[in-house]
Amino acid sequence: MTDVLVCIKRVPDVGGEVTLTADGQGVDARHVGFTVSEHENCAVELAVQVAAATGGRATVLTLGPAEAVEQLRSALAVGCDDAVLIEVCEPGSYGPADVAREIAAVVADRGDELVLLGNDAADTGDFQVGIRLAHLLGRPVVNGVRTVAVTDGVLVARGDGVDGVETYELPLPAVATVLEGGVEPRYPSLKGRMKAKKAPIDTRAPRSAPAGSGRVRLLLPPAQPSTVDVLGEGPQAAAAVVDLLERMGVAR
Amino acid sequence: MSVLVFAETTGGGIAETSLETVAFARGLDAEVDAVVVGELPHGAAGELAEHGVRTVHHATGDAFGAYSGAAWATAVQAAAGQSRVVLAPGTPRGLEVLAHLAARLDVAMAANVVSVVPDDELVVTRQVLGGSVLEEMQLPDTPALLAVAGHAVEAAPAPAPAVGTVRELTPEVAPADLVARVVSVEPVEAVDSSGLTTASVVVGAGRGAGGPDGFGAVSELAELLGGALGVSRVVTSLGWRPHHEQIGQTGSRISPDLYIPCGISGAIQHWAGCASSKTILAINTDPEAPMVTKATYAVIGDMHEIVPAINEELRRRRG
Ligand SMILES: Cc1cc2nc3c(=O)[nH]c(=O)nc-3n(C[C@H](O)[C@H](O)[C@H](O)COP(=O)(O)OP(=O)(O)OC[C@H]3O[C@@H](n4cnc5c(N)ncnc54)[C@H](O)[C@@H]3O)c2cc1C
Ligand SMILES: Nc1ncnc2c1ncn2[C@@H]1O[C@H](COP(=O)(O)O)[C@@H](O)[C@H]1O
Repeated sequence: MTDVLVCIKRVPDVGGEVTLTADGQGVDARHVGFTVSEHENCAVELAVQVAAATGGRATVLTLGPAEAVEQLRSALAVGCDDAVLIEVCEPGSYGPADVAREIAAVVADRGDELVLLGNDAADTGDFQVGIRLAHLLGRPVVNGVRTVAVTDGVLVARGDGVDGVETYELPLPAVATVLEGGVEPRYPSLKGRMKAKKAPIDTRAPRSAPAGSGRVRLLLPPAQPSTVDVLGEGPQAAAAVVDLLERMGVAR
Repeated sequence: MSVLVFAETTGGGIAETSLETVAFARGLDAEVDAVVVGELPHGAAGELAEHGVRTVHHATGDAFGAYSGAAWATAVQAAAGQSRVVLAPGTPRGLEVLAHLAARLDVAMAANVVSVVPDDELVVTRQVLGGSVLEEMQLPDTPALLAVAGHAVEAAPAPAPAVGTVRELTPEVAPADLVARVVSVEPVEAVDSSGLTTASVVVGAGRGAGGPDGFGAVSELAELLGGALGVSRVVTSLGWRPHHEQIGQTGSRISPDLYIPCGISGAIQHWAGCASSKTILAINTDPEAPMVTKATYAVIGDMHEIVPAINEELRRRRG
């Protein structure tokens, strides 16, 4: 029986143009939706699979504003059993070390044997919360894996390495950070959605004040004016394209 | 001031992204040292010296035979000494090793760094949100840890090469740091079987391909140009093509001389993976698609008519 805790982060779902808040401290999210990273969606799927295979429970956790319940419910709808919200008013003031410390406190309290996270968050992309968490818990950590499975208390994790597919085997308790691509996250069933709507959320207050993320300000990269050279329309443009390929020396 | 670069090797020498990181470190106006863990390929130390590295710390020992992020971080820590900054390439291992160091020393770490704010060695500019936004971030601790984004700077030999001494290092590794260690490697021909990240020409295909059978012409074009095929997330999540072909924030980052995205809208997360292409030739039905407006060249229309016509023309001219 392996209880799994999976950590997700509510982030603005920016598809096209991004605008910043007037103080330059955040993304203006008034007109965009929210989502979580694809890596985390895969981590949720793996958490649900491991819990199901071992008869344990899968719990989803986020540190975020009250509205992050939306992301927790999405994870409940695809099979997580429980949800924990560490509710903070200004999530932006929590740096990766702060987030790791808050998650560690919850794990120490609950005792989940396996903690899954994304490889990197979709907004800040700090690439470190999972490893900091493992250090705080004194647990081993595998990073950037695509699949995990638990057999007889041993975590088997696989991912792409420089020389091929790497396999790690380590005893639980452990931490693993997940990269998209090893599993296909499932869609919520109607039953799942109904259950998620009513599920209680274990809401907690942060343990300590955040040290901060080091953010000075955000800025937008200088806009590149469009200077596209349209070679033509439809198949008639083929000759112009091949002329270009020849000029570039790629049409040997 | 001295800074340390964690350098990765490939079969023959130092990885290109590590040489970029060395070039970035030289820009800090510092004495640059490097650390290589495990095997030091023949000529690699000389290559580093050519790029201006003063001392190459070479960490060896049984502990480094198989990869473990925690153990490798011990080696980097041993080499770091009084370094003001420790840099790593923004590769999976570079980021992992640096994060272990950050956790152990309880110092801040910045990922995806593209530059240092002039006149303020403590503030870096880094990419967030897949590169669509930049963040200025303060790194007040010593050592400051930064992982350099791919292609933030170009690798280039130093104006004045260093003498380059190699210092052998056999740091003690705690048993706990060897628990999460690679136990086996299954060599796939190459994980990146198509050579996507190293190809000089990449042909891309997105939702516009229309279905799993819509990749014949684009694959053929890639082949005719000696390049690789890459795809968008929509294509992999619909199961039309395997994930290892995906370009983007959560796929591969490419930097070919020419990228030909066909039927790809150019969402921010896709752009994150192809922004360093030298030239982009977009093929799209929509002249307003971000991929088209950001491209160097474009052809407007149906990829299923245009790409076969290009293939035909290429074959005709070859005779
Ligand atoms: C956290 C996160 C991570 C992500 N990571 C990635 C990533 O790594 N890589 C990635 O690609 N995406 C990623 N995405 C998804 C991304 O936001 C877009 O949804 C995706 O890139 C769109 O794929 P597309 O361009 O193929 O499809 P669409 O956006 O649907 O665009 C299709 C394009 O094809 C054109 N078209 C249609 N038919 C034809 C035709 N017959 N001929 C020519 N043109 C045609 C249309 O005009 C349109 O421009 C991520 C999203 C999130 C939230
Ligand atoms: N606020 C948060 N709440 C819960 N999990 C988080 C939070 N921030 C980061 N994480 C987890 O840590 C992973 C890595 O984040 P990062 O190190 O910030 O790139 C993410 O993919 C999440 O799984």
